[in-house]
Amino acid sequence: MEGIINTENLIFEYSIYDENGDETGKNRVLENITLDIKEGGFVAVLGHNGSGKSTLAKHFNGILLPTEGKVLIDGIDSTDESRIYDIRQTVGMVFQNPDNQIVATIVEEDVAFALENLGVEPKEIRRRVDEALKIVDMYHYREHAPHQLSGGQKQRIAIAGIIAMRPRCIVMDEPTAMLDPKGRKEIMATIKALNKEHGITVILITHYMEEAAQADRVIVIDKGKILLDDVPKKIFSEVELLKSVGLDVPQATELMYDLRKSGVDAPSDIIDVDECAEFLFRLLSDKEQK
Amino acid sequence: MNVIELKNVSYKYSAGTPFEHTAVDNVSLEIKKGEFCGIIGHTGSGKSTLIQHFNGLIKPTSGEVLVEGKNIWSKEVNIKDIRFKVGLVFQYSEHQLFEETVYKDIAYGPKNMGLDKDEIDKRVRQAAEDMGIREELLERSPFDLSGGQKRRVALAGVMAMKPEILILDEPAAGLDPVGREKVLTKIKEYHEKYGTTILLVSHSMEDIVKYSKTVLVMNKGKVFCHDDTDNVFSRQEEILGIGLDVPQITKIVIKLRELGIDLGNDIYTIDRAKERILNYLR
Amino acid sequence: MLKDITIGQFFPGNSIVHRLDSRFKIILDILYVVMLFVAGNFYSLAVAGVFMLIIYMLSNISFRLIFKSLRPIFPIILFTCLLNLFFIKGEGEPVISFGFINIYMEGLTTSLFMTIRIVFLIIGMSLLTYTTSPIALTDAIESLFSPLKKIHFPVHELAMMMTIALRFIPTLIEETDKIMAAQKARGANLDTGGLIKKAKALVPVLIPLFVSAFKRANELALAMECRCYRGGEGRTRIKQLKSGVKDYIALVIFAVVLAGVILLNIYIPILGL
Repeated sequence: MEGIINTENLIFEYSIYDENGDETGKNRVLENITLDIKEGGFVAVLGHNGSGKSTLAKHFNGILLPTEGKVLIDGIDSTDESRIYDIRQTVGMVFQNPDNQIVATIVEEDVAFALENLGVEPKEIRRRVDEALKIVDMYHYREHAPHQLSGGQKQRIAIAGIIAMRPRCIVMDEPTAMLDPKGRKEIMATIKALNKEHGITVILITHYMEEAAQADRVIVIDKGKILLDDVPKKIFSEVELLKSVGLDVPQATELMYDLRKSGVDAPSDIIDVDECAEFLFRLLSDKEQK
Repeated sequence: MNVIELKNVSYKYSAGTPFEHTAVDNVSLEIKKGEFCGIIGHTGSGKSTLIQHFNGLIKPTSGEVLVEGKNIWSKEVNIKDIRFKVGLVFQYSEHQLFEETVYKDIAYGPKNMGLDKDEIDKRVRQAAEDMGIREELLERSPFDLSGGQKRRVALAGVMAMKPEILILDEPAAGLDPVGREKVLTKIKEYHEKYGTTILLVSHSMEDIVKYSKTVLVMNKGKVFCHDDTDNVFSRQEEILGIGLDVPQITKIVIKLRELGIDLGNDIYTIDRAKERILNYLR
Repeated sequence: MLKDITIGQFFPGNSIVHRLDSRFKIILDILYVVMLFVAGNFYSLAVAGVFMLIIYMLSNISFRLIFKSLRPIFPIILFTCLLNLFFIKGEGEPVISFGFINIYMEGLTTSLFMTIRIVFLIIGMSLLTYTTSPIALTDAIESLFSPLKKIHFPVHELAMMMTIALRFIPTLIEETDKIMAAQKARGANLDTGGLIKKAKALVPVLIPLFVSAFKRANELALAMECRCYRGGEGRTRIKQLKSGVKDYIALVIFAVVLAGVILLNIYIPILGL
């Protein structure tokens, strides 16, 4: 079955120039990426800085075009210039720094920006702006100036500006990297609501494993290649492999891993607090009974 | 000996206007020489305002700030000397880089101190080495470096002033796990090598417990507590109560206690949790 | 400091002045300026001034803000005042003679007249920005200048630039404060020394600021592209500028007052007042 985003043997490289402007070589950032993102999913792309994960994300709505291979967005080839606005409306994109995505001086004007560009009727813009602001729970702030808001609130405005276009998929490129823990929680809650309640496909680019652990599927990228692609439980059971490519695992998983090394029969697929506590409870109360 | 002492310090923004806001509210505290203290508190708790009092970037509305026993706002103290004595590295410190080369940027602080060329050279190279910046990078433009490298250059720029006290505001913010680990490990090594007093502001509880020996918790402009890490974490329920996070491992132990097995209230690292579990099984 | 300047600030409200169409407000403001320059004597000037004060009362903007808006302009006012005072020579005897300085009656009156005119001018201009959101102003300018599109004048682009500038001013002010604090912590001397020394000391602040501004511009361009921005062609707006009866009534009132001012100019010299 065809997914909302498909890549086939995607390769991306750029040329390196010396001081005189002569090409001295090529830097390959993405190597043979073949992916199939199903509609309605919540996919995390995990990798350290410089792994190529952001470059990959920028291929999902035609900001970057593949050097070789193909990217299909809802069946449209991303190199088809005549359909670029269809692509951008199908796959929206949210970036790291919320400040640098907000164009207007009033929240609702900013959320309206994409719809104004698309030439939507003013009445319809009003309706969709209000709807988008309610989804991210920022309707009360519609007349505020962006600089009066917290980082998490600004990022929610940026998200509203994208969902006003009613995209079927949103790509988020490290949306929480510049936020405090409170802002981070707000954004994760918003992402989950978009995915579960509104059926929008979410692709979350991140290096925080606790965020990736909340997805349905995790793709680990290293040196421009797909290293792992599976459900979070399977991914985080690969403790050594993840650490070798500069990534962390949740503390619950790491505790299980350490216990296993000490000879305790602990499962490898535990990633959250509740599961971990329940396992430990069984383990320790068994001991008491004996 | 206390290197920093605050006596009843308050700071009000826009004092005397309708927008008046008390950011620091009657705070008294003492930082001991050689202490490695983690400072936590959520955004708006007053911790950023507080740390700018330590090197005189902010003058308190009322109260006294003492560095090495001297009131820094008394007439005989030159505030610039205090800034050299108390180094402050801001959040996203790579934004302060401006020179053509890494070397010149690290040398900016020492140059402002009026040191001679040889001393500057010695300090720049030492600080670069301490922060793990390779020699060949010194002649490169700071803008060509990776995010983690830039951050370490900015830190070296403050360390080259050889401050007695080093305050770091979120030195690992925005870096990936490898970058975080590298920056924080270098800071710890620096602390062990020179015995410099370190104040580390962080949102990450995991980082605080891993690196600092004492913890200062700020809440609503006041010091919530300031004690050894063990003692602070024995009050984990209160910490959760003021809206701060505890490490995931601590949450697991709390949950386990609710189920009926108590491993102790001083667990905040994986190693300690593992040790207790293995003891329990033995 | 930068934060104390009220010119260009917007104070939201719901008064009749706030609710006027921003395009009309710009035209009315121009009419007011014309009024001030047409006014040739104190009487007509007073009429224009009182008229503006009435509008202020209608707008619910505090009178204290009038003085606040004048403060940064004070040096210019003082300069104009002194220039006229000292350099205008009258026909009769000087009123005050002080060494080589002679002050004539004509100098006194002209100086007073010019000062009042500038003060009224600033008050009128500030009311426009106090009661009109920057975005409404930008929209109005874009709309008023749209006929120029025919001669390929980039009206939309200029308006977009203004919007983005307005959006980023607070962000960049905050950023400047942060960078200054960071360099001060490295021993930078930002507030002492002569002009050249001060300018030199600003380099460590300006370079990071420029680097950051360029980075922001790049990212913003990308974000705008992702939101299908393609220039002004075929663009709609969430808020349409709408003019109504009240705007035309305001226009008529202004026209009447302007006529009054002109009449006063003509008749007062004839009456010999």
